[in-house]
Amino acid sequence: MSSTMNETSARMPEVDAAVADRARISIRNLDFFYGSNRALKSIFLDLPEGKVTGMIGPSGCGKSTLLRVLNRMYDLYPGQRATGEVLLDGENVIAPGIDLNQLRSRIGMVFQKPTPFPMSIYENISFGVKLHERLSKSAMDERVEWSLTRAALWDEVKDRLNTSAGGLSGGQQQRLCIARTIAVRPEVILLDEPTSALDPISTLKIEELIDELKRDFTIVIVTHNMQQAARIADQVAFFYLGEMVEVGAAAQMFTAPSERRTQEYITGRFG
Amino acid sequence: MPEHIVKSYEQELKRLSALITGMGGMVEAQVAAACEAILHKDGEAANRAIESDPKVDAMEREVEQDVIRLLALRQPMAQDLRHIVAGLKITGDMERIGDYAANVAKRSIVLTQFNLPFALSGLSHMARLVQENLKLIVDAFGESDTDKALLVWRSDEAIDEIYNALFRELITYMMEDPRYITPCTHLLFIAKNLERIGDHATNIAETIYYAVRGIPLTDARPKGDVSAYAVVRPADDQ
Amino acid sequence: MSASTVNPVGSRGPARDPRVAAMLSRRRQRRNMVAAGLCMAATTVGLALLALILATLLWLGAGGVHWSVFAHSTRPPGSGGGLLNAIVGSLIQTGLGTVIGTPIGLLVGTYLSEYAGNSRLGGAVRFVSDVLLSAPSILIGLFVYAVLVNPFNGFSGIAGSVALAVIVIPIVVRTTEDMLRLIPVSLREAAVALGAPKWKSIVFVCYRAALDGIATGVLLAIARVAGETAPLLFTSLGNLNWSTSLTQPMASLPVTIYQYAGSAFDDWVQLAWVGALLITFGVLALNILARVVLRPRV
Repeated sequence: MSSTMNETSARMPEVDAAVADRARISIRNLDFFYGSNRALKSIFLDLPEGKVTGMIGPSGCGKSTLLRVLNRMYDLYPGQRATGEVLLDGENVIAPGIDLNQLRSRIGMVFQKPTPFPMSIYENISFGVKLHERLSKSAMDERVEWSLTRAALWDEVKDRLNTSAGGLSGGQQQRLCIARTIAVRPEVILLDEPTSALDPISTLKIEELIDELKRDFTIVIVTHNMQQAARIADQVAFFYLGEMVEVGAAAQMFTAPSERRTQEYITGRFG
Repeated sequence: MPEHIVKSYEQELKRLSALITGMGGMVEAQVAAACEAILHKDGEAANRAIESDPKVDAMEREVEQDVIRLLALRQPMAQDLRHIVAGLKITGDMERIGDYAANVAKRSIVLTQFNLPFALSGLSHMARLVQENLKLIVDAFGESDTDKALLVWRSDEAIDEIYNALFRELITYMMEDPRYITPCTHLLFIAKNLERIGDHATNIAETIYYAVRGIPLTDARPKGDVSAYAVVRPADDQ
Repeated sequence: MSASTVNPVGSRGPARDPRVAAMLSRRRQRRNMVAAGLCMAATTVGLALLALILATLLWLGAGGVHWSVFAHSTRPPGSGGGLLNAIVGSLIQTGLGTVIGTPIGLLVGTYLSEYAGNSRLGGAVRFVSDVLLSAPSILIGLFVYAVLVNPFNGFSGIAGSVALAVIVIPIVVRTTEDMLRLIPVSLREAAVALGAPKWKSIVFVCYRAALDGIATGVLLAIARVAGETAPLLFTSLGNLNWSTSLTQPMASLPVTIYQYAGSAFDDWVQLAWVGALLITFGVLALNILARVVLRPRV
């Protein structure tokens, strides 16, 4: 049964049986500010291990912002700050003094538009790995093959690993970006509208891939496509104006959400 | 609930609701005619009930087409999804109700050939209750009123009790005089059909409840029909 | 079926007068033709001037191109001689100037694009660099004269190279900054999201993405300094004899052209035309090469 923050602002949301697993990341009373503008308002949310959490909501509702808090992407920009707790293995990752590079190797991110680096397919993968590990040539070859296989791209590129990644199609580029992310072996993968620039078939391939990956990684996906969230997410959180209105199992959220605002948004009656 | 951003979607949903309500009205009239036919030996009413059956079937097919189109083209979510799927289930139930009504009407024509020495007061009572429930459930759908749906759901037990009493009564008549076996068997089927109509109204009540509230009516459904276990024996002294 | 026809949706608003529309359309077409005609005329004038310059160069210079031009150094009038010392001098000074100026420009450009942000220092550096970009080159020559020639009592090839480097720096700064700024934020974020420190994402990702643009900027700088005369007049001075010593005055094509073109000797004037031809086509070749090599790859 889904629960709402309005009813349960003080206690943590009760978790549905379908997602009752150990929380990989626990977000506790998180606030986020762009300057003086409060973009996230006391968010409580658990990201269960080995599950896909979908975040939906209208543009500017804070869902991408929340994603960028999890891997401290906001640190790149002055004037942005977060308060509260984001616990990864009991450690508050938004506290000062955290090794950001190490954090980002544990929480990987894939972006809206495919962002292959201007190098070969092989180097695109090895770049991230080399940041965190020293591998022999053969071990690196293995890692590249492993990650490309996991990203369902190996068969398509194995004969042209040394050609530029720019020559791949949009869908292939995005799978390369996923391969690049999992090559670093993160624990959590953040996906920020990963298919919004892709055609439907490429989108389905990515969705299938996410389904495959969730066995080994905790996945968080921000999407504007509600059908997509319905297809791939186990748990869905609905955000509106910086608040998390409701979180619950996907089946519950899309058939019988408990909050009026959720209902109005997902049925297309907003505003 | 505010309207959809896409006006044509809103209109299609309204059209679906109107279609279902229209079908409900038609089935209501059909059941009324069938009851009229038995209780007042009205051949005209019987024909009306029988003739409207194909129209009800056609409406069910129309709703089915609409529902499939809506599912494919609009990918409805949440309340809309529940509403649309409910429409499909409800019209299925209504179509069955229409079939039972037509069957009742056909049997009423056969019954006109017999002179029954007993009054049909039990059947008349049952017919009234069933019609009330049917009207209530059509209203409940039109108004998305779960209270009315719950009322129907709860009152089905009363219909079942009347049916059980009728069952025993009719068997007793048949035991008294074998000449009544034919009309009483028809009457038994009629009573059974009316009872089934009540059951479908209850189904519709459950569907409406889930469509509106989003939670299923999970309590055990009141089940008063014990005729399946009924044994009526001739009195020992005979 | 239901009340779908209540609103007259799709009203196209008040009707428009077709005669007015036709009149406006004709007026637009006339204006379009006038503007297009002016553009064509201006293009023709520009191209004609360019063609005239190239034709004059070829007409007066091509006749003097001979193997001895590349085999001999400059000699006194009437005794033959070539431009070898000037060609080699130009290559050395341009090359050295580029080698000195490019890394500095690259680092400054990187600072401006990646680290300065909107800081006051960044603004100041950007302003100074832009001023330098448009500073008269003779001033740069005078500056290097004051800094490197006067204190060390002598014109030298190194001073000329430094003067050219000072011209190279702002050009490379500007192109580096512009090219790095063109790199989408998403690419930087993607590198950072993998756990790359900032400098690694700049060196390994941004530079590679901006490589074509930066290289084009460097080539532009080379083309620019290869033809500079004024900064060399006060620094490397020119040398009529063969010399590759960086501490001695050094010959260069532009200075030689400057000296020979105004002389009274026909063979010197002829050599000046040849030198001009060499510089022009050298720069042209460099540009074409740059376009071919750095053509955007798919």
